Amino acid sequence: MSKKSREFLINRRDNQYEVVIGLEVHAQVLSESKLFSSSATKFGAEPNTQVSLVDAAFPGMLPVINEFCVKQAIKTGIGLNAKINKRSVFDRKNYFYADLPQGYQISQFKDPIVGEGKVILDLPDGQKEVGIERLHLEQDAGKSVHDLDPQNTFVDLNRSGVALMEIVSKPDLRSPDEVSIYIKKLRSIMRYLGTCDGNMQEGSLRADVNVSVREKGSKEFGTRCEIKNVNSIKFMQMAIEYEANRQVDLIEEGKTIDQETRLFDTKKNETRSMRSKEDAHDYRYFPDPDLLPLEVSDEFVNKLKNEIPELPDDKKKRFINEFKLSAYEATILVSDIEIAKYFEEVVAKMGKNKDMKLAVNWITGELFAVLNSKNLEITQSPVSAKNLAILVNLIKNGTISGKIAKTVFELMLKNDEDPQKIVEEKGLKQQSDPKALEELIDKIINNNREKAIEYKQGKEKLFGFFVGQAMKASGGKANPQLINEILKKKL
Amino acid sequence: MSDITKQSLTDLVENIKNKKLSSSEVTKAFIERSEKSKVLNAFITEDFTSALDKAKKFDQKPNLDLKLPGIPMAVKDLFCTKNVKTTAGSKILNNFVPTYESTITENIWSEGAILLGKLNCDEFAMGSSNETSFFGNVQNPIDKNLVPGGSSGGSASAVAGQLTPITIGTDTGGSIRQPASFTGTVGLKPTYGSCSRYGIVAFASSLDQAGPMAQNVKDCALLQEVISSFDSKDSTSIDFKRSHYSKELTNDIKGKKIGIPKEYRVDGMPKEIETLWQKGIEYVRDCGAEIINISLPHTSYALPTYYIVAPAEASSNLARYDGVKYGYRASGDNLIDMYEKTRSEGFGAEVQRRIMIGTYVLSSGYYDAYYLKAQKVRRLIKNDFDEAYKKVDAILTPSTPSSAFKIGEKTNDPVSMYLNDIFTVPVNLAGLPGISIPAGHDAKGYPLGLQIIGKAFDEQNILNIAFAMEEKINFKNKISDWWIK
Amino acid sequence: MSIDLKTIKHISKLSRISVDEQRAKKLVGDLNSIFDFIEKLNELKTENVKPLTSIAETTLKLRSDEVKSKNIREQIIKNSPQDNKDYFVVPKVIE
Repeated sequence: MSKKSREFLINRRDNQYEVVIGLEVHAQVLSESKLFSSSATKFGAEPNTQVSLVDAAFPGMLPVINEFCVKQAIKTGIGLNAKINKRSVFDRKNYFYADLPQGYQISQFKDPIVGEGKVILDLPDGQKEVGIERLHLEQDAGKSVHDLDPQNTFVDLNRSGVALMEIVSKPDLRSPDEVSIYIKKLRSIMRYLGTCDGNMQEGSLRADVNVSVREKGSKEFGTRCEIKNVNSIKFMQMAIEYEANRQVDLIEEGKTIDQETRLFDTKKNETRSMRSKEDAHDYRYFPDPDLLPLEVSDEFVNKLKNEIPELPDDKKKRFINEFKLSAYEATILVSDIEIAKYFEEVVAKMGKNKDMKLAVNWITGELFAVLNSKNLEITQSPVSAKNLAILVNLIKNGTISGKIAKTVFELMLKNDEDPQKIVEEKGLKQQSDPKALEELIDKIINNNREKAIEYKQGKEKLFGFFVGQAMKASGGKANPQLINEILKKKL
Repeated sequence: MSDITKQSLTDLVENIKNKKLSSSEVTKAFIERSEKSKVLNAFITEDFTSALDKAKKFDQKPNLDLKLPGIPMAVKDLFCTKNVKTTAGSKILNNFVPTYESTITENIWSEGAILLGKLNCDEFAMGSSNETSFFGNVQNPIDKNLVPGGSSGGSASAVAGQLTPITIGTDTGGSIRQPASFTGTVGLKPTYGSCSRYGIVAFASSLDQAGPMAQNVKDCALLQEVISSFDSKDSTSIDFKRSHYSKELTNDIKGKKIGIPKEYRVDGMPKEIETLWQKGIEYVRDCGAEIINISLPHTSYALPTYYIVAPAEASSNLARYDGVKYGYRASGDNLIDMYEKTRSEGFGAEVQRRIMIGTYVLSSGYYDAYYLKAQKVRRLIKNDFDEAYKKVDAILTPSTPSSAFKIGEKTNDPVSMYLNDIFTVPVNLAGLPGISIPAGHDAKGYPLGLQIIGKAFDEQNILNIAFAMEEKINFKNKISDWWIK
Repeated sequence: MSIDLKTIKHISKLSRISVDEQRAKKLVGDLNSIFDFIEKLNELKTENVKPLTSIAETTLKLRSDEVKSKNIREQIIKNSPQDNKDYFVVPKVIE
C-alpha cells in the first residue's frame, strides 16, 4: 500500500487500485422541537419522555412542519454553496421496523429542499473541491435496545421524529484521510451556522459510506457497497480501509462484487453483509398526502442569506489578509468556530501594538497542548482570551521574557489569574535597567578574568557562558537582549 | 312530549332552548329507542350511562347559547374520542382507548352536544355495505336484510332509525352520500380541507373528509357549521371564510346554473334512476334554476383511478397497525413473525386486499404504470370539473347507480361492490363538496338519492339547492319500525 | 398483465401480512379482476399531464419551533400490548 499525502492506493501484484468514496451524512438539526411534532429533542432524556402522540403514530395523528428546521436546512444549503429549491416535496419511505412507529419515514426523495453544491477541502498539498449532490430533510427513527432482556427488544421513541439533514456528497473522495477532512469541514460549516452541533458521540452526526474500487486511471466506477450508520471518523476510516481491500481481493480472485448494504463491526474491524435489510428493500416512496409541497419565497431565502455568519473559508481568507497569517495557521484557527472566536478575542484584547505571530504560537502551542492533555474544548479553556492577550503583550513589550512567560502561564492555569498580577506579586518582571545590569556584568567579568581573555583571543563559544552566568545571577529575570548588548560592549 | 326521536335536530334545539324539553328527556328517549334497536347493530360502543350523566349536568346549568345545547348524538367509530374505545370497525383496534379527541368531535362537544356512543362502519371505512366491519353487518331500517350502505352504514342506519338525531360520517369515495342515499337520509361530503382530519383514523389521506348526516338539509347545514373549522394540527386544513350555513340557508336558487353531465348516464343503470334524475331536473327548473348540459369526459376513469390512489395511501396509512404501540398483537417468534401474524389476524379480508393492491401499485417497477398514472388521470378528472364550473354553479347527478341491495349480495364480487361508488368517487378525487338528498323510491319502496356537486368551498350553494329541492320533493321515508315490533 | 402466486407472496411479505396458500390463491383471483378493471386507464395518453399530488389548494403552513408536548409517557405506553412502564416491548429483533 502506497501512501502519498493525497493518494490512497492499493497494490496487488501488478495492479494498482484507487478507492472511490461518497458519503451520506445524517446531521441532526439543532432545534428545540421535532420536525413534525412539538415534542422536545434534548439528548439523554429518560426513555419515551419526549414522545408525542404524533411521534408514536397514534391513529389520526398528523404531521405539521417546524419552520425553524426548514430554515436550518436552507442555511446549511447556503453554507454548502448549494442551490435552494423553492419547491420541495415530502415523501414517505415505507418499511417496517420496531423503532419506526408510522411504518414509514417522512423524507424527501425526488424533490429535496437543497440541490447541488460544493465544499472546499484544505489538504496538506492544496485544496480540493467535493461536490454535494443534495441535502434533504427527514425524520429520525427511534432506538431499539437489544440488551436489556434476553427475549425482547425494548423501544425508546425519544429520537423518533427528530429532524435530520441528509447531506449526500458526490463520489469525489479518494482516501480515508480525505473522508476525515471532509467530515470535519462539514461539521465546521454547520457549527458556524448553528444548524448542527456535530456531536458524534451523541449521534448528531453519522454517515453511510459508499465505497467502490477501480484500477487506477480507469474512468468507470466499480460496484459500490454501502456501509450503514458509522458514527465516528475513526470507524469510517477503518471501515473504508477494510472494505476497499475486501473489494480488491474479490476482483483479484476473479469474483464479482455484490451491490449491497453492509455493517461495520467495530469489534472485529470488518464489514459484513446486512441480509436482513435486503429483503425489505422496496421502499415504495410516494408523496406524503398528509403534507403539501413545501414552498419558500425568494424573500424567505434572502432573509436567511443575510443571517449567514462569516464561514470558515471566508474567515480564513480574512485571517491571511488582515493578520498576515500563513495558510496553515489560518486553516487551524478557522477549523472550529470556537477556536476562531477565541483567537479573534485575543486579537481584539491585545490592542494596537500587537504581535500576531506570537499570539498564534501561544494559542496553537502552549494553549492547545494544555487543552489536549486535559481533554478540554476551547470553550472550557482554563485561560481566558483576555488574559492570554495580556500575557502575549507582556512578552511583546519586554516586561517578561518568553521563558518567564511559560512560568507565568503555568500559574495562570489555576484560576485564570491576571498575568500582570502574577508578574508583580512573584517579582518576575524582567530586569531591563542598563546600569544595574552593567554592574552585574562587571562583577561577572572580574570573577572570570581568564575566561574573558580566552574569549578575546577568539574562543567565541564562551560568550554563551557569560550570558548564562548573567542570567543566573539575575535569577533569570535579566532582559536577555540587554545582556547580549552589554556583554558585547564589555568583553 | 311524545315522539322525541322523530323530531329533527332543529326542532330539538328549539325545544331545549324554549325549555319544552330537557337534555335528559331527549337523551333518555334516544337511549330507550337504541336499546330496542340492537338488532340493527348500529352501535359498536354504547356510552349511555355517561351520556345520561352529561345530560343531567347540562340541565343543571344549561348553556342555551350553544348551537347543539344538550343534544345527544352518536358518531362513526372512526373518530377518536377521549377515554371511549375507538375501533374503526377493526379487530386490530378492538381494545384501543384514545387519550385524545378528534378536532371535529371536540368542536361538537364544545357546542353542547353529548356523546351517545360509537357507530358501526366498514373496517377502516373500506366498504360500501358495512359488511366488512369486525363487529358484524348493520341492518337498514328500511327493510330487513338490506344493507345500509357503507362505509358510514351504522351512522346512516342510526339516523334513519332515529337512534340519533344527527351524526357524522367520513367519506373517502362516497361513504357518507351512498349510505345516505340507501337509507333516505341527507349526507354532505364537504370540500377537502373544510373539516379537520386530526384524530380521525385515516384511510386515504388525500380523499378522506368527514361530514354531517341528518334527516333533513337544515340539520345538515347546522352540523356542518359546527364541524367545519380551520385546524393548525392538520396541514391540509384550509383557512377560508366559512359561512353560517344554517343561518344563510335559503331556498332561493333562481338563476343558478345547474349542470347535467351526460357521462353519468351509465350502461345498465336502472330505468328508475334515470326517471328520478329527470324528476330532479324538473324540480330545480321549477325553482327557477337554469339547466345546462355539460360533459365530464373522464368520468369513467374515476373508479379505476380511485382504486389505485386510495389503496396506495391506505397501504401506508395502515402500516402503523403493527402490534407494537397499541391494538391487537398476535404472539410471534420474532419481530417479523409477530408483525405478519398480527396483521393477518387483525385485519379483515377487504382491508388486506386493499393493502395488497396499494403495496403492489407503489412497488418498484409498477409505480409509474399505476400510481403515477392515476395521479395524472386524477388531474384530468379535476380539470373536467374546473371546465364545467366555468359554465355552471353546481352539478346534479344520481347519488348511486341502484338502491340498497341485500346483505351478502355483493360480498364475493369486489368489482361489482366497487361500482356502487361510481357517481360519488369523482367528487372525492376532485376534492369538491357533494350532498346526497333523498329524492324518491324505487319499485320496491327503497329510497333513492340525488347528488348535488358544488365548487370547492361552495357548501352554502349546494345546501341551498338541496334545501330548495327538498321542499319540492317532499320525501317521506317509509320506515315501519319492523325491528321493534 | 396478470398477477401470479409469486407476486402475491412478494407483496404479502412487503406488507407484512402472512397469507396461507388458500388465501393467496383467492387473492390471485381477486387482484386480477380488480386490475383488469384498473387497466382501463391505459386507454388514456398522459405523457404531458402533471400528476396531481395534493388536492388542497393551499401551501404548506409552518409551525414555530416550540416544545408544546410534555412528557406523556404514561399515555403513550398505556395502550401497548406488552406491559413495561418505560418502554415499548417487542419480540427480539434479529439483526
